[in-house]
Amino acid sequence: MAVWIEKQRMILDFTLSSLMRRKGKNISLLLVYTLVVFILGSAMFFTQAMKKEAALILKDAPEMVVQRLLQGRYAPIPMGYLEKIRKIRGVISAEARLWGYLYDSALGANYTLMVSRNTTIPPETIIIGHGISRSRRIYPRDMMAFRAYNGAIHTFVVQDVLSSESELVSSDLILLSEADYRVLFGLSAEQATDLVVTVRNPKELITIANKISELLPDTRPIIRDEMVRTYDSVFDWRGGIVVVLLMMAILAFVIFAWEKASGLSAEERREIGILKAIGWETGDVITVRGYEGLLVSFFSFSLGILLAYAHIFFSSAFLFAPALKGWSVLYPAFRLTPFLDPYQIAVLFFLTVVPYTITTIVPSWRAAIVDPDSVMRT
Amino acid sequence: MILHPAIIALILVSLLISGMVLYASFFGIRIIRRWDIQSGSEEQLALERSTYLISTILSYVLVFQIGSLFLYIYTADNLHRLFVGAMCAAGTLNVNPYGYPTFLLKILNFILAGLWLIINYTDNQVFDYPLIKKKYALLLFIAPLMVTESVMQTLYFLGLKGDVITSCCGSLFSTERSSVSSEIASVPVRAGMAGFYSGLALTFFLGIVYWTRGKLGRLFSLASGVFFLVSCVSLISFLSLYFYELPTHHCPFCILQREYGYIGYLLYGTLLVGVVSGLGVGVLMPFKGIKSLSRSLPMIQKRLTLICLVAYLIFAGISIYRLMSTDFTLGVSFLF
Repeated sequence: MAVWIEKQRMILDFTLSSLMRRKGKNISLLLVYTLVVFILGSAMFFTQAMKKEAALILKDAPEMVVQRLLQGRYAPIPMGYLEKIRKIRGVISAEARLWGYLYDSALGANYTLMVSRNTTIPPETIIIGHGISRSRRIYPRDMMAFRAYNGAIHTFVVQDVLSSESELVSSDLILLSEADYRVLFGLSAEQATDLVVTVRNPKELITIANKISELLPDTRPIIRDEMVRTYDSVFDWRGGIVVVLLMMAILAFVIFAWEKASGLSAEERREIGILKAIGWETGDVITVRGYEGLLVSFFSFSLGILLAYAHIFFSSAFLFAPALKGWSVLYPAFRLTPFLDPYQIAVLFFLTVVPYTITTIVPSWRAAIVDPDSVMRT
Repeated sequence: MILHPAIIALILVSLLISGMVLYASFFGIRIIRRWDIQSGSEEQLALERSTYLISTILSYVLVFQIGSLFLYIYTADNLHRLFVGAMCAAGTLNVNPYGYPTFLLKILNFILAGLWLIINYTDNQVFDYPLIKKKYALLLFIAPLMVTESVMQTLYFLGLKGDVITSCCGSLFSTERSSVSSEIASVPVRAGMAGFYSGLALTFFLGIVYWTRGKLGRLFSLASGVFFLVSCVSLISFLSLYFYELPTHHCPFCILQREYGYIGYLLYGTLLVGVVSGLGVGVLMPFKGIKSLSRSLPMIQKRLTLICLVAYLIFAGISIYRLMSTDFTLGVSFLF
């Protein structure tokens, strides 16, 4: 055992000096390798981080929302439905929600207007999100004017600005009173945007959803789990699309690695020839090549991951964000919560290190079977 | 198909592995047909060189195979949220008929690749390559299995659709339904424990006899293989219950999750090392008569025996420690 370890140590020592002797070739390989890991790693970290953010937000979302469908699109729901739903056994409460979008031509952005169910807001005052305050330079006690559905102008006093911590959900949000909401959108008192239902036993959610759609055939109940699942698959899908697009990059890299590993210079051939002449076996030369690949992989992989981590979590993914998170004028300025998931790293390893290693097996074998006498004679 | 980075990675790697194994088999066929150690011809020289390539390929394949086995389980586990009714990997693998066969093939191929490397290592100890044709015949047996695994895995992932209703481990391994998995789960605890302890005792007895006296090697190898199966059954039927501390939770995959300190990786890892080295002893038995191997073969077999016993000891140690340390009981103490 001790002999074996000593031998491996010697071979590793030789590998390191051999790598140093061919700096140019190895540095170019290292750079390309790192770049591939960096790009793939960034895409994966980013989609994963977005999934986590979405899950965090949806954790507080209502467990069931009931919408009304009219001509296949969703429409205001009659308040009378509330009573019918409350009568279903197992339903704890059912409440109406009032919200909608308002286009602001000055900023070219859509605001989300909502009647808060928790805080009561006096008439003709509003609470605005941090994003709106930032882009329109509006602060508490300032005035804001909106055009109602019938063209009338309504002026509101800004009472407060929502804290920037919840910016991901509240960047474009405006909270107002119910009366103001109904005046602004022209929605009658018998109607609401949608209904929120809470259920005693979460396992009964699907049963109750079925009961609601039987009782009120023009409605569509949406369960939180479905939303979580949709978000998950959408982000996985986006990540997967990016990986598929980057497959070309992986392929190019694999060809590059193959070329680097098989293109032996005359000097390298001489070196291997001499090693074999002084008693190295083919297996030992393959081991040297294996260690070379391992060292290159180790450095590029770690460096690539570190760079991807910095890119996503310290610089807010400036390279990718527009393509992956969607586009909006009032997009919140937020930082993704850093994480390091062993699973993501394993997947990245399988996408980069494994193909690289496999492509270098045949070239290193070809190098190792060089005939000593034929090389030294030339 | 669900476009998940891990799925792309798994398919990519399985295609690469199958390609390499097929490439190696191509050399294998030439070696089986043309190998003649007495000849000094150019062709024989080329064949001797290609043996280095094949053993390098197979050792990488073994490493990547175990990695892909765990990645496969973990991915299945990670995807469970996309399927109504699935609560962990057990449900995801059940989404279509290719999930479990792929999983079993991955384990089988890992064991076969391990055995191939053991034979290869033994063969390389002496200079006349006595096992060369046999090991390449084994390679030709492994190659189609590897390809089948890749095809099965691709079909499995292609068939994954998010809206399928599947069953969670609770109903799959439930003791009330009749299927292979529930048959295993409904093994009575006492009988299961009795089988587990006696299998363990028998393997250790035979292993120590073989290690000290060099006798009963075949029996030991057989016992180690049987103990592997017994352990798999025990994990589903009662060991998992003690890890989860739930009398109805028989899932063999949840144990790999963070809630249980990833202990499953150690359990499955030691079990796989144990079965490969234990079976390796038996696989080498027929070559006892070969003269050139007479010195190195017994040494390798003894070393394998030791590895097998240590691995199984770790596996059994963790399991029994858990049985003893937890407050949870199934109406029986850890010794029946």
